Amino acid sequence: MLTFVLKRIAYAAPVALGVSLVCFLLVHLAPGDPLSAILPVDATAEMQAQMRAAYGLDKPLPVQYGLWLWKVLQGDLGTSIATGRPVLSEVGRAVSNSLILASVATLIGFTFGTFFGFVAGYAQDSWLDRAASAIAVFGVSVPHYWLGIVLVIIFSATLGWLPPTGAGPQGSGNWWPDAEHLRYLVLPAITMSVIPMGVISRTVRALVGDILHQDFVQALRAKGLSEFGVFKHVVKNAAPTAIAIMGLQLGYLLGGSILIETVFAWPGTGFLLNAAIFQRDLPLLQGTILVLAMFFVTLNLLVDVVQTALDPRIQRA
Amino acid sequence: MTTPTSLASADPGAAAAAPVEIAEAPIQAGRGYWGSVLARLVRDPVAMAAAFVILCIVLAAIFAPLIAPMDPFKGSMIRRLKPVGDATYWLGSDELGRDMLSRLLYAGRLSLFMGVLPVVIAFFIGSGLGILAGYAGGWINTLIMRVVDVFFAFPSVLLAIALSGALGAGILNSIVSLTVVFVPQITRVAESVTVQIRNRDYVEAARVSGANPFRVVRVQVLGNVLGPVFVYATSLISVSMILASGLSFLGLGVKPPEPEWGLMLNTLRTAIYVNPLVAALPGVMIFLTSISFNLLSDGLRSAMEVRQ
Amino acid sequence: MSETLDTRDRGGPAQPLLAVRGLVKHFVSKGGLFSKGPIVRAVDGVDFEVMKGETLGVVGESGCGKSTTARLLMQINQPDRGEIVFDGELLGSRALDLKTYRRQVQMVFQDSYASLNPRLTVEETVAFGPQSHGQSRKEALGRAHDLLRRVGLEPRRFGGRYPHEVSGGQRQRVNIARALALEPRLLILDEAVSALDKSVEAQVLNLLADLKRDFGLTYIFISHDLNVVRFMSDRVMVMYLGQVAELGPADDILASPRHPYTAALLASQPSTDPQARISEAPLTGDPPNPINPPPGCRFHTRCRFAAPVCSTREPGLDPVAPSHLAACHMAVPGSGHPEAPSLPMAA
Repeated sequence: MLTFVLKRIAYAAPVALGVSLVCFLLVHLAPGDPLSAILPVDATAEMQAQMRAAYGLDKPLPVQYGLWLWKVLQGDLGTSIATGRPVLSEVGRAVSNSLILASVATLIGFTFGTFFGFVAGYAQDSWLDRAASAIAVFGVSVPHYWLGIVLVIIFSATLGWLPPTGAGPQGSGNWWPDAEHLRYLVLPAITMSVIPMGVISRTVRALVGDILHQDFVQALRAKGLSEFGVFKHVVKNAAPTAIAIMGLQLGYLLGGSILIETVFAWPGTGFLLNAAIFQRDLPLLQGTILVLAMFFVTLNLLVDVVQTALDPRIQRA
Repeated sequence: MTTPTSLASADPGAAAAAPVEIAEAPIQAGRGYWGSVLARLVRDPVAMAAAFVILCIVLAAIFAPLIAPMDPFKGSMIRRLKPVGDATYWLGSDELGRDMLSRLLYAGRLSLFMGVLPVVIAFFIGSGLGILAGYAGGWINTLIMRVVDVFFAFPSVLLAIALSGALGAGILNSIVSLTVVFVPQITRVAESVTVQIRNRDYVEAARVSGANPFRVVRVQVLGNVLGPVFVYATSLISVSMILASGLSFLGLGVKPPEPEWGLMLNTLRTAIYVNPLVAALPGVMIFLTSISFNLLSDGLRSAMEVRQ
Repeated sequence: MSETLDTRDRGGPAQPLLAVRGLVKHFVSKGGLFSKGPIVRAVDGVDFEVMKGETLGVVGESGCGKSTTARLLMQINQPDRGEIVFDGELLGSRALDLKTYRRQVQMVFQDSYASLNPRLTVEETVAFGPQSHGQSRKEALGRAHDLLRRVGLEPRRFGGRYPHEVSGGQRQRVNIARALALEPRLLILDEAVSALDKSVEAQVLNLLADLKRDFGLTYIFISHDLNVVRFMSDRVMVMYLGQVAELGPADDILASPRHPYTAALLASQPSTDPQARISEAPLTGDPPNPINPPPGCRFHTRCRFAAPVCSTREPGLDPVAPSHLAACHMAVPGSGHPEAPSLPMAA
């Protein structure tokens, strides 16, 4: 097991390095001078050169990358051009908000997804299966930003039950687990949960169907094991994959939350990205993407390790 | 109802992570492979319904100038946000008093173009890279697949937004960003299928006949790889539609006043209290297109996978 | 017909068509992070010759290296060591490059379905080889039709069909036609009839015998079925765990085997005579793992006659009768095995 973990880390390290390179180059992809956003329009050539040197932009690209990476490894993601605050602290606050939203959404999606998946897998080709499959197809086909708007139209604009935007009363930037804040979480979380629900129910349906058709289940039934006993076996065999998918979905939601966070004005990483893009705050853009991508790489690693630990069929060599 | 068994299309990253099985589908006598796939596909009512919807949307977009009752750009300050069912504006009017029906029809042009084109380009580039990596093996494979791994480390929505965010708003930039998102995914599928095919006896028999590698790939490998990769690519169109409109929704794609479903959805957000039905309409179009492509892709997959 | 002079012949009938010396192929299995995995000794030092116009049968249990040997001969896998000499020319030398060699050596695979491209029609599959060597599509299809007719498939009926539209026996005929399309001199048949029904098998074997006579072919016939090998072969090579156990004339080996493994293989053939059926399996258990073959004689762990010397010293492949070789201490005088013939008295 330890060899497996080490091997997996050894594999993730170059990927992480590649990710950092992509994030670094992202800024250099951007058309125009990265300084134009902070320099006054009437800046002198001297002033420009000074700023260039201050940001290290006068050095060759590989050197810039090396210096940048060195800083990043020390936890310095640079300074936001728009706010003047360190990027890390801006991202940190946003990540915790996004994480809450994405976790709750994943949990909802996982609960309903496994439920629909089990129902469909057990009753394959019945009308229940078709209904569950339809829900799954809906979940993976619906533009979630539109679904968010529809939910706002129904539950906020028309019925007035839930707040349409924000993370808390009076534009509260930090989410807090109380009744008032909870109301703000409902709509974005449900909107977001639709994607993992669709994916997980599709996966679980296929898993359950496969397992029920396997010889060992027939053997268990033939031995006179109760239906509940068979069910327990199915759960045990489906769990590692389902949990792995759930972990990955959490990563996708965290990285892909920008559209939903924009719809609901949720003060998370997506919202931050949006602001960074439109203020052309490149250090903030770069830092946010780097943090999210690294989170995803780490999550992938964890999922692999957990899945391997749970599933005896996967060889750990 | 089709019975979708893959993880495709929610996040294409998740889909590509699943191993791709190559089905040696039974072929009906005298029809060739694609002929028999098509024969099974036309017997799938859901897939046919989806194909019909797509056909209608595509035709409506192509012939928008002939069908649209009004000029999609001409607004009227006094006729803003008319409700659905209005005598003049059958589907209402938008926040600038432009006819919704006309705009929705015209918007299909850009939305479909921006949703489908990245997948088409990525299909060619990704298949090429994947077949090269899978067939050549060795360091070429390592180089290509490690780069692919790096791109897989980004959730696709994040990558698309990061790239268009850095490149700046615009139709071309959106298409480039989405293409970059899909190339690694198609490459990975094409590589894994090619590796499976390349070890088949018939490819080895062709190799030992002394044919040069290009001929072996063209005659023996290509046809067997492109089928599964094509099906995978069709499942990406649905994602691509949602993402492309999403970019415009964020203001990173099409710029006003061009009609595009995602952009319309965004500009109409202010109208949700006044005229909610009209505000939701562009999303209905995105959803309809996306789910149709998904169902058609599912149907195509099962038509190719049938075993006897 | 069989005496047709092949213009490609170089050294005359006395020169072996194929000579293999010291062939070795080890596969490295998947290992840990910092170490390579264990080594599978699939083929571990194999020498043999195939004479012009003969059929050499190769037998052994699965995993003995038969198929790997075939794949090495076809250069699908590269041998780690050893040389292949074809009609007097060393493969890889200037006189015999890979492309020339491959035109003269072809193979028929075991799985008739997996070895045909499902997307190509039967005639396209057969025409692929000639087309790759510069024939036009029309010429190549013409050649394909001739060959299909020759293997008993009417081209107008079968040429346009896809592999799944013909039966297993017919598919294997297509595979044979494909292999013959390049006019090879040596044909390697790797379990080519094993997957077929008995009645179909007999037809295909007769076809192979006819083709051999008409085209002046040489066969390497790999099979696990001793009866089939007996029917087809002039000489037989018995393989065990990547090495040659016994090699000699078919009648000789099958009538009086000199290696206990060959004897056990023969004894494990079900007899058609109920009275003669044996109750006890002569070979028990699976062959040992080729990752870690036993020291000394590789067969000693399953050999009824194993003596101490068998687990310490590896027997060489030594002559035991005219053109009959066996790798067993019992066959060699003075080997130290109690059953070995005594040394002739020094005069």
